[in-house]
Amino acid sequence: MNKTLIGFNKIKTDYIAWENAVPHRVLVCAGTGCLVNGSMKVYEEFVKTIKEANLNVIVELKDEEGDVFVSKTGCQGFCQIGPLVTILPEGIFYTRVKPKDVKDIVETTIKKGDILHRLLYIEPNMLKVCKETSEIPFYQKQRRFVLGNCGMTDPEDIREYIARDGYVSAARACKDMSPEDICRTILASGIRGRGGGGFLTGKKWDMARQQPGDKKYIICNGDEGDPGAFMDMGIMEGNPHSIIEGMIIASRAIHADEGYIYVRAEYPLAVKRIRKAIKDAYTLGILGKRILSSDHTFNLQVMEGAGAFVCGEETALIASIEGKRGMPSPKPPFPSQSGLWGKPTVINNVETLSTIPLILSVGVNKFREMGTENSPGTKTFAITGHVLNTGLIEMPLGSTLRDMIYGVAGGITSDDGKPMADGFKAAQIGGPSGGCLTKEHLDLPIDFDSVKEAGAMVGSGGLVIMNKNTCIVSVARFFMQFTQSESCGKCVLCREGTKQMLVLLDDIIEGRATEETLKILEDLATAVQKGSLCGLGKTAPNPVLSTLNNFRDEYEAHVKYKYCPTGKCKALTKFTIDENLCKGCMLCAKKCPVNAITGERKQVHRIDPIICIRCGACIESCTFGAIKGEKL
Amino acid sequence: METLRKFEKVWEIIDQNGRDSSRLIPILQAVQAEYRYLPEEILTFIATSVGISPARVFGVATFYSLFTLKPKGKYHIRVCNGTACHVKRSMDLHNALQKKLNLRDEKDTTDDMLFTLETVNCLGACGLAPAMVVNEEVYGQLTPERANEIIDDIINAEAHNEQDTHRL
Repeated sequence: MNKTLIGFNKIKTDYIAWENAVPHRVLVCAGTGCLVNGSMKVYEEFVKTIKEANLNVIVELKDEEGDVFVSKTGCQGFCQIGPLVTILPEGIFYTRVKPKDVKDIVETTIKKGDILHRLLYIEPNMLKVCKETSEIPFYQKQRRFVLGNCGMTDPEDIREYIARDGYVSAARACKDMSPEDICRTILASGIRGRGGGGFLTGKKWDMARQQPGDKKYIICNGDEGDPGAFMDMGIMEGNPHSIIEGMIIASRAIHADEGYIYVRAEYPLAVKRIRKAIKDAYTLGILGKRILSSDHTFNLQVMEGAGAFVCGEETALIASIEGKRGMPSPKPPFPSQSGLWGKPTVINNVETLSTIPLILSVGVNKFREMGTENSPGTKTFAITGHVLNTGLIEMPLGSTLRDMIYGVAGGITSDDGKPMADGFKAAQIGGPSGGCLTKEHLDLPIDFDSVKEAGAMVGSGGLVIMNKNTCIVSVARFFMQFTQSESCGKCVLCREGTKQMLVLLDDIIEGRATEETLKILEDLATAVQKGSLCGLGKTAPNPVLSTLNNFRDEYEAHVKYKYCPTGKCKALTKFTIDENLCKGCMLCAKKCPVNAITGERKQVHRIDPIICIRCGACIESCTFGAIKGEKL
Repeated sequence: METLRKFEKVWEIIDQNGRDSSRLIPILQAVQAEYRYLPEEILTFIATSVGISPARVFGVATFYSLFTLKPKGKYHIRVCNGTACHVKRSMDLHNALQKKLNLRDEKDTTDDMLFTLETVNCLGACGLAPAMVVNEEVYGQLTPERANEIIDDIINAEAHNEQDTHRL
């Protein structure tokens, strides 16, 4: 056995021995979601209260001393009911924990071993009280493979990662496997890029491996820009070492000696945790020269993005690292031929890299047992929107939309968060590059190929669920506005085309459209797809095209009858004053910018629909709730 | 003297980055962290120091949305308008705050330089939509009323501070 592995073994046995010697462990979720809900205060309160209870509290395992070990973890996924606290070894799962609850937990659960029922999760559909995560449908129906350690370990402690057999795969790759071996194994596992394209990772690596030259790069793409997606953030915050390990294996496979992790600057916590993880890895000889007692050298640094969605595109990301505007360049040459500074470069997504060490440790066969033939493995999704349970989930590829929405996420809700049994309208998958899936796709297996056939794409895994009260044209407009403002401006069709598409969508929403509008919109969408260089422009029209395809009648209602079936489009709404509620205070008449409202003091007021410009100012001004917008 | 001191810090940042033009983005990030915006004369200074044209520095500084060439308010409010927040009506928050602070789309900073209001594409707190962030502090599951309260609290705290300073 090599020297490093012996060192790892000592760290592991020590850590586990110390861990077992401490009777209780408190895991406080410190992912972005729970932090927003105040989990840092909960953590501090635990440390303070346990001390005051005359127990020996430790926040870092150093020896066998201690009664309670309190740790901050990465995202446990169920952000909505945070802050989350797990008490080990019992595995009791407390939700919505506030600092004032901490004293009770310490007294009841830690000291006496009893359960504090008021903090347990109650499953709202069956009103079942759940003691552990294994009893909660949200967790039961998932397959947490890549996210396995997320939320159960301290992401800032490299020793805990090693104690869970971390860096063993990297050591094996560097010492016992040749680059050909690694590429062959990864290719055999069939893993496809989790960032959106779904390209075979093994193939990408093998292409870069075969390139001549001794300077190559490996880049981790953590520029997760899709609005409504936070899977990569979950991994970067919750298990940063798995990314580093994946990058080491990739660097060995292609002979790269330098790497970058490109992180979106809107994720300050992810940046902080990755920086710490890299520093710790250098200290233990996991990064640097002759790493893991092999002859392989690998240096790694973090590059913070500066807020440009287009930098998620490989070639734009490379330009950004080179200190230029993040504008994409034509492919070929592919980055694996000529990438960063013109050298062969492999760019992989966070989740892909994080999966690599697990493939080597469980083996190709075990990995392929999950997922489908052509899309093996699991995929993380950020499920949000009008569902009961929002959060970060992981499912085997090939699971259906129904499993995710009704199984994990607990079903559809109305706008005010109440269950809405028959409320499903559409699911937007793949963010602004993806498309809409509808009722007929509920039983479609979600994998790279079948979603593409349905006119959408898995993308990075953003999944926004919409209920029946959502206006689909407005949703398409929202995505169009996003891509329009994020277009880098290089290709005319993307720059101007997306802008004109937005104008056309505005026409539809504001009641100016004619039947020709839809045709122009479709023509333009196809032209933008064809005339753009990079993925952003090529996929920008997808939300419009797929909603046009699936909800054509809703578009037509807006265009032909100037009618919004959901009543959400203000300009297509008729405003009326309820005679029974109006007190004749004259406030609305004063606020109306076009003097469409008439009426005497203490008399019921009226709105003239011909003068009314449907700005909605009157609704906001009325303190009696007498003014309502009705479908025209 | 004042100008010299201003550039001293920039020198330090450029030196830390090895006067390397490929480190332009980290340099601009560090400068913005120091001054809270990118003053024009400093951009030209950076260009000369790392040996590239001012046009390229301005090009990069205006390309990325996190860089700003205008001074921002003391409290930088960013309302998340990612998909999840959008479907949970985050624009209502934005509009309510715009109204409260008397701002418009073209005018995003209050005259007293206390607040800047912007939208941002996804903070990653989608589980808690709709969300907004004030400087570093993130707030989730908001309503327009709650957002207004948060702003009121800041205004009150600022007023108190001012009183204290006057008393001193």
